[in-house]
Amino acid sequence: MTDVEEKRAAAAVPEIVRRRKRIWPVVPIVIGALLVVLLTYTLPPFRNYQLATIGAYFTVTAGLTVLTGLNGQLSLGHGALMATGAYTFALTQNRWLHTPVSFVAAILVTTLAGVVIGLAAARLRGPYLAGLTLAVAVVVPSVTSTFDETFNSDMGLSVALDPPPGTIPMERWQAWLCWTGALVTVLSLATLVRGRFGRDLRAVRDDETAARLAGVDVARTKVLAFVVSAACAGLAGALFAVLAQSVSPGAFPLTLSLFLVMAIVIGGLGRLVGALLGAVLLVALPALAQSAGESSGSQHLEGNLALVVFGVVLVVVMLAAPGGLASIRFNLWRKR
Amino acid sequence: MDRFVYLTFDGLSRGAVYAAFALALVLIWRAARIVNFAQGAMAVAAVYVAYSVTGATGSYWLGFLAAIAFGLLLGVAVEKTVMRFVDHSSPLNGVVVALGLVLIVQGVLGIVYGNEYRPVATPFRRDAFEVGGIALLSRYDVFVFAAVGTVVVALTLLFTRTAVGLRMRAAAFAPDVSRLLGVPVGGMLTLGWALAAAVGSLAGMLVVPTELGLHPTAMDVVFVSAFTAAVVGGLDSPIGAVTGGLVVGLLLSYVSGYLGATVAPMAVLLLLVVVLLGRPGGLFSSSKARLA
Repeated sequence: MTDVEEKRAAAAVPEIVRRRKRIWPVVPIVIGALLVVLLTYTLPPFRNYQLATIGAYFTVTAGLTVLTGLNGQLSLGHGALMATGAYTFALTQNRWLHTPVSFVAAILVTTLAGVVIGLAAARLRGPYLAGLTLAVAVVVPSVTSTFDETFNSDMGLSVALDPPPGTIPMERWQAWLCWTGALVTVLSLATLVRGRFGRDLRAVRDDETAARLAGVDVARTKVLAFVVSAACAGLAGALFAVLAQSVSPGAFPLTLSLFLVMAIVIGGLGRLVGALLGAVLLVALPALAQSAGESSGSQHLEGNLALVVFGVVLVVVMLAAPGGLASIRFNLWRKR
Repeated sequence: MDRFVYLTFDGLSRGAVYAAFALALVLIWRAARIVNFAQGAMAVAAVYVAYSVTGATGSYWLGFLAAIAFGLLLGVAVEKTVMRFVDHSSPLNGVVVALGLVLIVQGVLGIVYGNEYRPVATPFRRDAFEVGGIALLSRYDVFVFAAVGTVVVALTLLFTRTAVGLRMRAAAFAPDVSRLLGVPVGGMLTLGWALAAAVGSLAGMLVVPTELGLHPTAMDVVFVSAFTAAVVGGLDSPIGAVTGGLVVGLLLSYVSGYLGATVAPMAVLLLLVVVLLGRPGGLFSSSKARLA
C-alpha cells in the first residue's frame, strides 16, 4: 500500500467516528453512575432495593452477553456460577468480615470454576454445551446438601455484613455496591470487547474454521470468554449475597439460569445495552406479574405468571426478532 | 452382595426409564436436529393430566392413556406452532426456544395446580419380590421393564419394517430429496415430535411416582440424567440411547446406594464431563470430518 492510499484509507473513517469510538465506553458509564447516585437519593427504600437488584443482574447479564452473544457459547450454568460466588462471599465474609477481601475471593473462586467448565465447554458446541452447563446448574442443591457442614443444605448461610458507613441507609448502600460492581464490569467488558479480543470472539462465533485459518487460537478464545463471563457471574453472586444477606440453594434454581439466558436474548444478543434491558426486565416483569397476581387474589399466579410471560416473550422474540429488543430499536433509528 | 444385587436391579429399572426418555430425545434430534430441552416439562404436563383424569375417574389406566394421548397432541402442537418456525442457522435458536417452552409449561402448571408436591399413585406395589432371601424386583419394576421394552420394540419395528418408518428416516436424512420423491417431510417431522412426546410422557408416568412426587419442576433432574444417557450413547443412536440409559441408571443406583442420594446429581455431571471430554459426540457416534 502506498502512502497516498494509506492516507485515503485513514480519511475514509471520519475523525468524529474514530474519536467517539475511543471515548464511547466511558461516557455512558459516568452518566450511568451519576444517574444511579441521583436515583438513590430520590427513590424510596424499596425502589432502591430494586435498583440494586437490577445492578446485580446487569453484572451477570453483561458477562453472559459476551459469552453467548459475541462468542456463541450458550451457558445454562451461570446460576450455578453465581451460587459459587455467593457461597464463597458468605463463607469468607462470615470468617473475616472484610467485604473487599470477600468480593475478591468470590470473583477468584468463581473464575477458577469458570476455567474448569470453560476447558470442557471449549470442545463442545450447540446442544452438547447447553446440556453440560444445564447439568452444572442442576447440581447446586446436591452440592450444598452433600457438604452440609460447610453449606448447611437447604437452609443456606446467613451473611454477616458491616453496617453501611455513616448514616447511609442499607438500601442505598446496596444500590451503590451493586452498581459499582455493574459499572466496573461493563466498563471492563466494553473495553475488552472493543479490542482484538472482541474481534477474536466474533470470528470464532461466526466461523471457527475461518478464524483458525486467520490465526486465531480458537480454544484459548473460547476458554477465555467463559472465564471472563464466569468472573462476572461470581461478582454478581456476591452482590446477590449482599442483597439478600443470606445464601441458599433456593436462590439459585435452574429457572434463574434460564432467566439469565432469556434476559440477554430478549435484550439483544451481543450488545451490552441489551444486557441492561434484560436486567431491567428481570426485575420489572416479576414485580408486575406479582402485582397482577395480588390484584386477582390468586396465590397460584404469583411467580408463575412471570414464568409464563417470560417464556412467551422469549419464544416470540426468538421467532420474530432474533436480534432482540435492542436490535429492533436500533433498526428503526437507522431507517429514519 | 445382597445389596449389590438389589442395587443392580433397581438401577436397571431406573435406567429403563432414562432409556425411554433418552430415546425420545434421540427421535427428535434425528428428525429435526434439535435437542428438545422442553421434553421434561412436557412430560410433567402429561403426568398432571393423568393425575387429573385418575382423580376424576378413579382409574389409573384411564389416566395413563390420557397422559400418552396428551403427549401425542402436545408434541404435534409444539411442532406445528413453534418449532417449525425456528431459524436453524444457529443451534442456539432451537435451544433457546425450547427453554422458553420450559418456562411456559412450568408456569402454566404452577398456575393451574399450584407449586406443592403431590403424591402419585402407582398401579402396582413397589415392595420387592424376594428370591432366596435377596430382594430383587418389585411388581412395579416389572411393569417398567415391560412398558419400556414394548416401546423400544414397537419403535424398532416402526422404523425398520413399515413404510411410514422408512419415510420418516428418509425425511430426516435427506429432506430435499425426500420431498422430490413425494414424502411429506413436514408431516413426518410432526409425527416424529408426536411420537417423541408420547414416549417422553410414558417415561414421565413411569418415573414420577418413584422420584419425589409431582411438581412443575419434577423432571429437571431426570431430564439431565436422560440427556446424559443420550449423550453417553451419542445423540444419533437409538441403541446408544438405550445403552446409555441403562448405564446412567446403574451409576445413579450404585452412587446413591453406596455414597448417598445427594451425591447422585454430581456423579451424573462427572459422567457427562468425562464422556464429552473423551468423545465430544458421544460413545456411539460415527466419526465426522475434522473441522480444521
